[in-house]
Amino acid sequence: MTTVDLSGVSRWYGNVVAVNDISMTLGPGVTGLLGPNGAGKTTLLHMMAGFLAPSRGTVTLDGAPTWRNPDVYRRLGLVSEREAVHTFLTAYEFVLASARLHRLPDPEDAARRAIELVEMAPAQDRRIGTYSKGMRQRTRVAAALVHDPQVLLLDEPFNGMDPRQRLHMMELLHRLGDAGRTILFSSHILEEVEQVSGTVQVIVAGRLAASGDFRTIRRLMTNRPHVFAVHSSDDRRLAVALMAEPSVTGVEIDRTGLTVRAGDYGSFTRALPKVALASGIRVRRLLPSDESLESVFSYLVEA
Amino acid sequence: MSTISWLTARGLFGRRRFLLLLPLPLLVVGLAVLARWAGVSPTHWGGPVLVGLGLAVVLPVVALIVGTGVLGSEIDDGTIVHILTKPLPRWQIVLPKLAVAIGVTAVTVAIPLYVAGVLAHSVRLGLALAAASAVGAVAYSALFLALSLVTRRPVLLGLVYVLIWEGLLGNYVSGTKVLSVQQYVVTIADRIAPTSMLSAEVSVPVSIVMTVLIAAGFTALAITRLRTFSMAGETS
Repeated sequence: MTTVDLSGVSRWYGNVVAVNDISMTLGPGVTGLLGPNGAGKTTLLHMMAGFLAPSRGTVTLDGAPTWRNPDVYRRLGLVSEREAVHTFLTAYEFVLASARLHRLPDPEDAARRAIELVEMAPAQDRRIGTYSKGMRQRTRVAAALVHDPQVLLLDEPFNGMDPRQRLHMMELLHRLGDAGRTILFSSHILEEVEQVSGTVQVIVAGRLAASGDFRTIRRLMTNRPHVFAVHSSDDRRLAVALMAEPSVTGVEIDRTGLTVRAGDYGSFTRALPKVALASGIRVRRLLPSDESLESVFSYLVEA
Repeated sequence: MSTISWLTARGLFGRRRFLLLLPLPLLVVGLAVLARWAGVSPTHWGGPVLVGLGLAVVLPVVALIVGTGVLGSEIDDGTIVHILTKPLPRWQIVLPKLAVAIGVTAVTVAIPLYVAGVLAHSVRLGLALAAASAVGAVAYSALFLALSLVTRRPVLLGLVYVLIWEGLLGNYVSGTKVLSVQQYVVTIADRIAPTSMLSAEVSVPVSIVMTVLIAAGFTALAITRLRTFSMAGETS
């Protein structure tokens, strides 16, 4: 069993702190690294993959540091976010080169197996330059898997994939995780993580905001208070009527309209039309004002 | 041939940048053939074409294009990750790449200089120029390969070295000649085939020792830098 351990890891660039005191342990199975863009996911992955020295703390793979230690790549595979491939090679040549560089005893066989695993065999003799984005991504996964590593790190693997390719990649990650490998992939899209992994690590602004079972975290996210901006034909009367609703926890009124705080998204959005209809008020505008992923994440940090 | 050298060679010849290598050597041969055909005395054109163009421009510029290309272009486009995520000691990545750079530079420069040397004077001069440019290829390649790991603008910095340090200061400030690969190359060629076209400014032992020091030093620097190669995230 291979584990990746981060203990008190920070990384800063000059005065900017990219990763702030993160500790986590990754074991077998699929883990999602979730966070908004710029949260420090890539920095964290690069430190795990030995491409960046932590400014403080340690990153180890089964006890061995990943920085300045090329030996970890015997057990670790990385699929970086940058879609960089040797476009002048065919997928088979590319994966075979990886197998050779790993000094595998039977590189040809290993290359063929890795290509079959990602279902790229039919196109393996075409130059990578002619591939779609999803095919390139799969080819890169094959190259990262050719030596059958225990740990696979993927940085935003679903970026730019169409739904079918996405599904395919998700199935692949599932299979790898079920086979006992430690898989970590980063994403800024909640639904991707939901579909692939049971455990998530949520990072926001360089800090570990939540960690654990996805369903628990998801519940926290849906049950958080929501804020809506409402504008109607009679804001003051609507405010009075809304205060009678159990789902509403607060109403503010100013020149631009109402700011309504609701305890629960579903019941408020169902209640509003009924209240408006009953009091004969016309609702001109209803805007959920904090639906950005960043606000969801920052709520998690405060929770 | 190791997988690294194979990948490096494929990468080098697979990019359009490779075409940049062709015009300069052709220019050297073309000028020599033209001068010969027009019947100009080699004492008039030998120096400018063989040294002024061949050793002072073609050799360092070709070495610069190749030397910064073998590793630098992979750093630029990110494919370096595929090579670095392998359990290889970093010298096993640097040395094959350096060997490809030296080989390609030496062949690209030595052949036209040999032809031009034969046309200007003798087979001996041709061989001397070929051998000296091969020696120069070793020092320049190590220098430029290391440069691609030290700075994000290796080509610019390399050009500054070649044009300002060797080209400009080398002509006016005599002290800089001791630290100029071009001078070592000229000295070695002059030593093998002494002619009036070449004028050595530094001694042979200095040239040899300095060439070895530069080649070994910058290779070691490249290996050290690759060991701590960092990748920045998209946000930094």
